[in-house]
Amino acid sequence: MDVALFSVILFGGAIFAGFLGALTGLGGGVVVIPLLTLGFGVDMRYAIGAALVTSIASSSGAAAAYIKEGITNVRIGMFLEIATTTGAVIGAFVAMYLDKKYIALIFGCVLIFSAIRSVRKNNDNCDYSLPGDKLGEKLKLNGSYPTKEGIVKYNVHNVAGGYSLMTLAGVLSGLLGIGSGALKVLAMDTAMKIPFKVSTTTSNFMVGVTAAASAVIYLQRGYIDPGLAFPIVVGVLLGAFIGSKILPKANVRNLRLLFSVVIFFLALSMMYNGLTGKL
Amino acid sequence: MERDVELYIGRLLRYGVMLSCGITLLGGIVYMFQSHDDDITRRYAASDIPNQAFGVEHYLRELSTIVPRLLAFDGAAIIQLGVIVLIATPIIRVVFSAIAFIIEKDYMYVAITLVVLCIIMANMLLGLH
Repeated sequence: MDVALFSVILFGGAIFAGFLGALTGLGGGVVVIPLLTLGFGVDMRYAIGAALVTSIASSSGAAAAYIKEGITNVRIGMFLEIATTTGAVIGAFVAMYLDKKYIALIFGCVLIFSAIRSVRKNNDNCDYSLPGDKLGEKLKLNGSYPTKEGIVKYNVHNVAGGYSLMTLAGVLSGLLGIGSGALKVLAMDTAMKIPFKVSTTTSNFMVGVTAAASAVIYLQRGYIDPGLAFPIVVGVLLGAFIGSKILPKANVRNLRLLFSVVIFFLALSMMYNGLTGKL
Repeated sequence: MERDVELYIGRLLRYGVMLSCGITLLGGIVYMFQSHDDDITRRYAASDIPNQAFGVEHYLRELSTIVPRLLAFDGAAIIQLGVIVLIATPIIRVVFSAIAFIIEKDYMYVAITLVVLCIIMANMLLGLH
């Protein structure tokens, strides 16, 4: 296959990946890695480099829209970024010494976890005004956000637990090149009891910074290949843009279910191929 | 005032992504004309090369060696510049958040933001081989 044909096919695949990532909320990285490794037989390490760049692009593109709505809690994001960037650096260094067989295995587990999380029902009847913990108050993490029923105030719980989960999210992000948005939302939504909408937008805000921290290492190590980066970055951005336009009109629930099943089988396939040394 | 800064940050992110996308696309087109590999899939194929010896040509790994190649209109180098702009966008965003916290006189968060910046910067310097 020559360069032009390869780039065009990859570009098409990337548009599809960005489209699905935006519709399901799973992000670009999770889709790009199976696309490259299973679909094109690309080495796992190049795939991670490309996924990392994708995560930054889709996060920055979406964050611009979210900030306008005033939902993102910049303080929560910034405080937890200490955890995710530290984790990302650790993850990126571990990746340099870890055999890619194990990386494929870990990636498979994270994929399954993300798939399950994306079809889960959101628990929206939680009382957010219950008093939060002292650390959250001291760090001024409590906030409010606009809803149809007016301004909702929320207090943050279990800051230490959320911080630890965020460190793990950072490690996985540095290790696998994904945004690990699903784990970030789990940390904020489930552990810290932050409203789901605030959690998802703040998580998206954090993905870009976390990914940038590890991308620096991947670039210096030569895992970011220009021939893969250009069709993937441009394609995923285009796909995510189309996806975000269709999102309000689409029946996302069924699509998520279908997509999660696909992701589940991709995960098994990644694990199998990883263990047999084919990635 | 705070809202103004946030809107400004939102715009910065969008411009950063658009600029990066433009540079990358330009580089990509040049790269396709310059590259004459008849079997590109072989270059990317899964291999057992150890991590230390793996990766793209060395000049594509650092800004200081990428820039001189830009003048030679090297497609791969132009793409890497686009990637670097993309990586820089969220980092510059953190810098702007620090400024926003200074305007708000929230010095605890100025410090927290600087810690995040230091981690990223340390990473950049320590990561060098």
